Amino acid sequence: MSCKRMEERILAYVDGRVKVSERREMEVHLAGCPACRLRVNEFRAVTGLLDELPQIEPSAAFDARVHARVAAEPTKQSWWAWFTPSPRVAFAASLLLLATVWIGMHSNSNQPAVTQEDIPVLENYDVLSNFEPLTELPQPLQADETGQQNQQM
Amino acid sequence: MARSDVQLMLDVKAGDEQSFALLLQRYRRPLVNFLYRMVREREEAEDLAQEVFLRVYRARKDYVPSAKFTTWLFRIATNLALNSVRDHRYQRMEVSIDAPVTADAEEADERTLDVAEKHPNIEQHLIEEARRKMIRHAVEKLPEKQRAAVLLHKYQELDYGEIAKILQCSESALKSLLFRAYETLRVELAPLVAQEPKFSGGEEKGRQS
Repeated sequence: MSCKRMEERILAYVDGRVKVSERREMEVHLAGCPACRLRVNEFRAVTGLLDELPQIEPSAAFDARVHARVAAEPTKQSWWAWFTPSPRVAFAASLLLLATVWIGMHSNSNQPAVTQEDIPVLENYDVLSNFEPLTELPQPLQADETGQQNQQM
Repeated sequence: MARSDVQLMLDVKAGDEQSFALLLQRYRRPLVNFLYRMVREREEAEDLAQEVFLRVYRARKDYVPSAKFTTWLFRIATNLALNSVRDHRYQRMEVSIDAPVTADAEEADERTLDVAEKHPNIEQHLIEEARRKMIRHAVEKLPEKQRAAVLLHKYQELDYGEIAKILQCSESALKSLLFRAYETLRVELAPLVAQEPKFSGGEEKGRQS
């Protein structure tokens, strides 16, 4: 293995992330190459130094802030949401419908009241016209004529 | 047995808020630390970590477990971090015309940690502080993509394939990215590397603890 090929694998070697066969091949090279050996050792030293950097703790309010930001999210609207009525619009529409029906019923209730009064008279028409004593009376036209004659006199 | 990340995320998708809280608990610390090393400011790091969780929550309905959960999570985090670093660099360029940056803003964060550790003597404390400062500066000076690769490799212990997906590059490109980063680090940290007797040449097998 050449030094150039070693470069790509050297960190994996330091980490112990190379296959056993590859590892043996690298060790053969390292045994005869002081430059690569030095690099391996110095890379090991660097990873050791990186371990010394302290970790920080998230602040106590971290979770609460995330939850607050999540809660502030608007609920996602998709294109078909346009067809889904909102409760407010649905309520207003139902009220409008109820009002229309109510007004319709109220405005119609006056007319049937008048015609219904006439119905008994119409129903009794046959009875009245065939009532015998009434036929004996002078004809209405004649009565009118006498009335007119009386007025003329 | 603890539910896997993917299972938790599928439960979140199904409307289980409790599973979201569990994911938050599991990943807030790694995310905040990763972002802190990327953007160098604690407040900014926390804000971005919250943004990552918010984006995870927003995407729950469309979640498909096609990749590892950590790949997805750190990809969101890395993109946010890289954007933030680039925005800040632009802002700093504007500021530096009038006022050169002298103060080390984020040192206070680590100093509070030091106090909690109660060092036996002040001299030892100062040596360790200087040492840590040097390591931190070396990491922070890395170009941001190399820095992200080192952090994901070293602290999150993700495998090469996963990191390559997060950084949207090939696995061999990632390996050379990491190689260049470690080459830079070993030069930058040469005084400290030389202090490690075990590593200053010759044969060495185990790792120093």
